[in-house]
Amino acid sequence: MTDDLQVFWATYNTLVYTVGVHAMLALSIYLTLSCGLLSLGNAAFMGIGAYTAALATLRLGLPFGEALALGGLLPGLVALVIGIPTLRLSGVYLAMATLGFGEVVRVVFLNLEITGGSMGLNGIPMKTQLWHIVAILVVLVYGFVRLRRSKIGRAFEAIKEDETAAKAMGINTTSYKLLAFVLGAIIAGVAGGLNAHFTFFVSPREYGFDPAVDILTGAIFGGTGSFVGPMVGSAILAILPELLRFLKAFRLAVNGLILILVVIYLPNGIWDRKLFARLRRKGSA
Amino acid sequence: MIAQQLINALTLGSVYALFALGFTLVFGVLEVINLAHGAVFMAGAYAALLLVTKANLNIWVALPLAMLASGALGLLIDQIVLKPLRGRRAHHLMPMIATIGAATLITNAAQGIFGAETSRFPLGTIPEESFQIGTIRITELQIAIVIISFLLMLLLMVILKKTRLGKAVRAVAENPQTSYLLGINVEGVFRLVSFTAAALGGGAGVLIGLSFNAIFPFMGQPLMPKGIAVIILGGMGDVRGAMVGGLFLGVAEVMSVAYLSSDYRDAVAFGLLFLILLVRPSGLFGRVLERKA
Repeated sequence: MTDDLQVFWATYNTLVYTVGVHAMLALSIYLTLSCGLLSLGNAAFMGIGAYTAALATLRLGLPFGEALALGGLLPGLVALVIGIPTLRLSGVYLAMATLGFGEVVRVVFLNLEITGGSMGLNGIPMKTQLWHIVAILVVLVYGFVRLRRSKIGRAFEAIKEDETAAKAMGINTTSYKLLAFVLGAIIAGVAGGLNAHFTFFVSPREYGFDPAVDILTGAIFGGTGSFVGPMVGSAILAILPELLRFLKAFRLAVNGLILILVVIYLPNGIWDRKLFARLRRKGSA
Repeated sequence: MIAQQLINALTLGSVYALFALGFTLVFGVLEVINLAHGAVFMAGAYAALLLVTKANLNIWVALPLAMLASGALGLLIDQIVLKPLRGRRAHHLMPMIATIGAATLITNAAQGIFGAETSRFPLGTIPEESFQIGTIRITELQIAIVIISFLLMLLLMVILKKTRLGKAVRAVAENPQTSYLLGINVEGVFRLVSFTAAALGGGAGVLIGLSFNAIFPFMGQPLMPKGIAVIILGGMGDVRGAMVGGLFLGVAEVMSVAYLSSDYRDAVAFGLLFLILLVRPSGLFGRVLERKA
């Protein structure tokens, strides 16, 4: 039994780490979504965090904890700077602006000397351990549970439901939106730092348009009714290609098909409390 | 030198415009950011390739047929993926996520069928004549691309502005419910727009496939952020804006490659996009659509 476990762990430890990192990214985009902001900049913030943490380890020889902290801090600062002008936009326009920002970040990584150009950074030491990811996720989940009933959480919800009304009630919408944006960037940055220290390398390709869309897809797929949905959704999307391995070249095609079916038949995502309640009633009746 | 660059920019820009036109049409009328547009673009290029290699057709015969095929694909996506979502009180991003699913499905199915490698048109498919005017060299292909793109765009503009059908499309774009009450076949307009948009996207795919002579399953992917940049430049859902935006992006890219560095090409385009959004969020031609509560 323990042998089986060891074999399983040896084969799938990277997948388990990936699921954990994706769950963090899902939380980071949920945070902005819960404040009514559709930001597609999370992949870029993740990239900034990954490069910062990796460089802190490789060039400065900092301990992992400090490297991770820097990996969260810098994306947070960048978010603060670009958030002030960008968050005046709303809806699709904000999504596009953050996407544009993400592309600029990707091209900067591609061209800077210190980030290793298109080759990226290689030979990052394995520093991430399972308990790091679990501990950070536990802290985040606790934070999200507490957030919901806090003043800040209620302000986020009010802004999401109706920004004009929230403003009229005296909520400082600009600073709350900025808070959600910066916190989301910090979480994504830490996730990027963790990711870099178990995949051993970072390259600009990982932080472009497609990853940005993937993060959003995971969140919506799971359902944005609560913070659990995005985590479940992104975990499933991370595991699905492994489960469908037997389909070979067509496995990602099936991934797409499943996405379509879920969107059509489960419009509130997979993690839908109302749906669960309905199923339970049907089961007991 | 600058004249030559402008001609290259015009060629590239007119294809971008064609691509973005379909994109913006769907956004304007169906209010969906159709992220499967890049997959349709790729499908158009493969359709033309098959028609040329398997059916031995001339490329200029294959082009309209490939456009019909990609139009049919667009219609299929609309009917299977988007129609069930219409009129539902789901998250407003759900249709967009569904088109991501469609894009993944189509792109990876193409990879399963054709393989990941780059396919090329057989020798002699692409007109290779070129004209020398002073120091400027223009190829026949470039002329054909610009003429075809502009004809298609002009045709679309005329239909939208001058015909009853175009009026119906514009009415639905404005307000589907009211259009329905006025007796417009709203579903029909949705179908027509999905078909036309995909046909334009597929046409752009054929033209890009010809000008780089490279067709591969993921060729639509780099076009998606560009398409988005173009419709932001021009204003979301604005047909004229998509044309100007596409040309503008073509010029910006070619000029930054020529005078800055090829490495910063994408950053220039998106840096511009970022700035325009901050200064003029509704784009160059767009109206402010923000709903006040």
